[in-house]
Amino acid sequence: MTGIALKWALKKPVTSRYPFEPRQPIADSRGTLDFDTLTCVYCGVCAKKCPTGAIEVVRSGRRWAIDRLLCISCGACVEICPKKSLALDTRHTGPTITRDREFFTGAEKPAA
Amino acid sequence: MIPHEQTFEAIGSDALLRRVGELKAGGWRLAAISAAKNAAGLELIYTFDREYRLLNLRLQLAGEVVKVPSVSAQFFCAALYENELHDLFGLEVENMALDFKGNLYRTAVKFPFGCTKAPAPALAASSEAAKSPAVAAANKGA
Amino acid sequence: MAKTIVPFGPQHPVLPEPIHLDLVVEDEVVVEARPSIGFIHRGLERLVERKDFNEFTYVAERICGICSFIHGQTYCQGVEQLMHLEAPLRAKYLRTIWGEMSRIHSHLLWLGLMADAVGFENLFMHSWRVRERLLNVIEGTTGGRVIFGTCKVGGVRRDIGPEALPGTLKELESIEKDAREITEIFLHDSSIKDRLCGVGVLSREDAYALGCVGPTLRASGVEQDMRALGYAAFDQVPFKVVTRTEGDSYARCAVRCEELLQSFEIIRQAAARMPEGEIAVKVSGNPKGECIVRTEQPRGEVVYWLKANGTKNLERFRVRTPTFANIPALLKLLQGCDLADVPVLVLTIDPCISCTER
Repeated sequence: MTGIALKWALKKPVTSRYPFEPRQPIADSRGTLDFDTLTCVYCGVCAKKCPTGAIEVVRSGRRWAIDRLLCISCGACVEICPKKSLALDTRHTGPTITRDREFFTGAEKPAA
Repeated sequence: MIPHEQTFEAIGSDALLRRVGELKAGGWRLAAISAAKNAAGLELIYTFDREYRLLNLRLQLAGEVVKVPSVSAQFFCAALYENELHDLFGLEVENMALDFKGNLYRTAVKFPFGCTKAPAPALAASSEAAKSPAVAAANKGA
Repeated sequence: MAKTIVPFGPQHPVLPEPIHLDLVVEDEVVVEARPSIGFIHRGLERLVERKDFNEFTYVAERICGICSFIHGQTYCQGVEQLMHLEAPLRAKYLRTIWGEMSRIHSHLLWLGLMADAVGFENLFMHSWRVRERLLNVIEGTTGGRVIFGTCKVGGVRRDIGPEALPGTLKELESIEKDAREITEIFLHDSSIKDRLCGVGVLSREDAYALGCVGPTLRASGVEQDMRALGYAAFDQVPFKVVTRTEGDSYARCAVRCEELLQSFEIIRQAAARMPEGEIAVKVSGNPKGECIVRTEQPRGEVVYWLKANGTKNLERFRVRTPTFANIPALLKLLQGCDLADVPVLVLTIDPCISCTER
């Protein structure tokens, strides 16, 4: 034990001074869900597949909403989306003091 | 690789103590006591284990008869399972070696697994109970 | 002699999760312990009524934070058995690898907590320093540090591809060197031996009759490890069941240290033998029937009872966790012990109360 204690007393600390030093995210880590309004067709499959019910899709109004606090970053919506509009980024969801959904409204459908 | 053998045996509550005694003498030990509500009433499964083999005794309790004798005289650990089943399902177990009298599991709603509807959120349940003892009694007996 | 009741928990520095024990004490000797649980009861077993059997994997994983992957794996194995599906061989190997990583992380966590329980904070920090490195490896391969989220009915959701595997194995080798350093201290340091040797002796007959499982049972000389059943890839990867005969806290600590080091070897062997192929099979239809599945969690044997009736919701989901099986042994060990030994004894069965109460 003395060996370890001395060795680590002389080294730099293992802990990092977060949040003053930003954390280096690990690639492929499951973090925040990113939504692309341009490719989404508002089919609603992601909302059906979401295990916690965090996603809400309003088809006619072309609105897509997510409750960040309910999202467990499981990636089920990412796998099922037919247009690949969803992706999981590595950044953690930021702190928040209110509980409300984040709304995205898509552009109007071009007249056929 | 050891084959994962398991057998299910149906048994009546009067034959339970005798069969459990035979299993104890045969070197089996109690692994779990599980319960599930089904259409006929409450179904209990006593799972015994010996050298990687599983033997299950299936005991169907019909309708309102929710009383079983305790097997904790032969297997002391059964007392913990039976207390848990009492606290979650409202099952009455006679002669438990260690009887917590309903105080093992602290839940906001009594017998949460015993009722067929999903229990109300804890805050609403306690305020409802304060408002109307009849409602609370009906919830408990459901 | 007058008896006093000392309440232990639900908040106590040594407890990873809340449990309440009323200790009946006579002048610093504990005469009886009365448990009271339910602080973390979430009624997860009844959630099967709302979530369909595919979504329920996410719930099963969240029964516990420390043994989360093996909960998910056991659930998927049970549903696969009900639906007569067989996960592809590569998926089985991946499940084995992640399961053993989960075991290493859990044992390192326990070693840290045990060091904290005996007052050795420096060693606690070092154990968790090594565990942090492993959590980074887990995050790199699965995407999550504690909740892996990779098991699904029919296989696994992610692969450890050929470009990621060599780097992962190299990092694991380096972590093994660190872990070996830590376990050497646990096994040979005199202050730890003073606190652990001869404390809480559980005889072989008692351990068997009280229904103990896992390292608690194996430290008393009974050779029983559910991995010998050969689930996942354990029928093709060689491993040894680790036992000791003394039955005291030191023996339980030694069993966990040996299992920890053996897991690194199992991962290496599994990675070497892992075949190419698919990582999941398509799942269609609904499960029907009933089955009992058993796997070996870090704390012992977990028994899952699944009943399905052909609809997309399971009818009943029952988990008998290893800590629940070890609590009678804890109550027996606490009778007659010194009050100062209570933290060591509570930790020596490796309590995971969130598993116990689901």
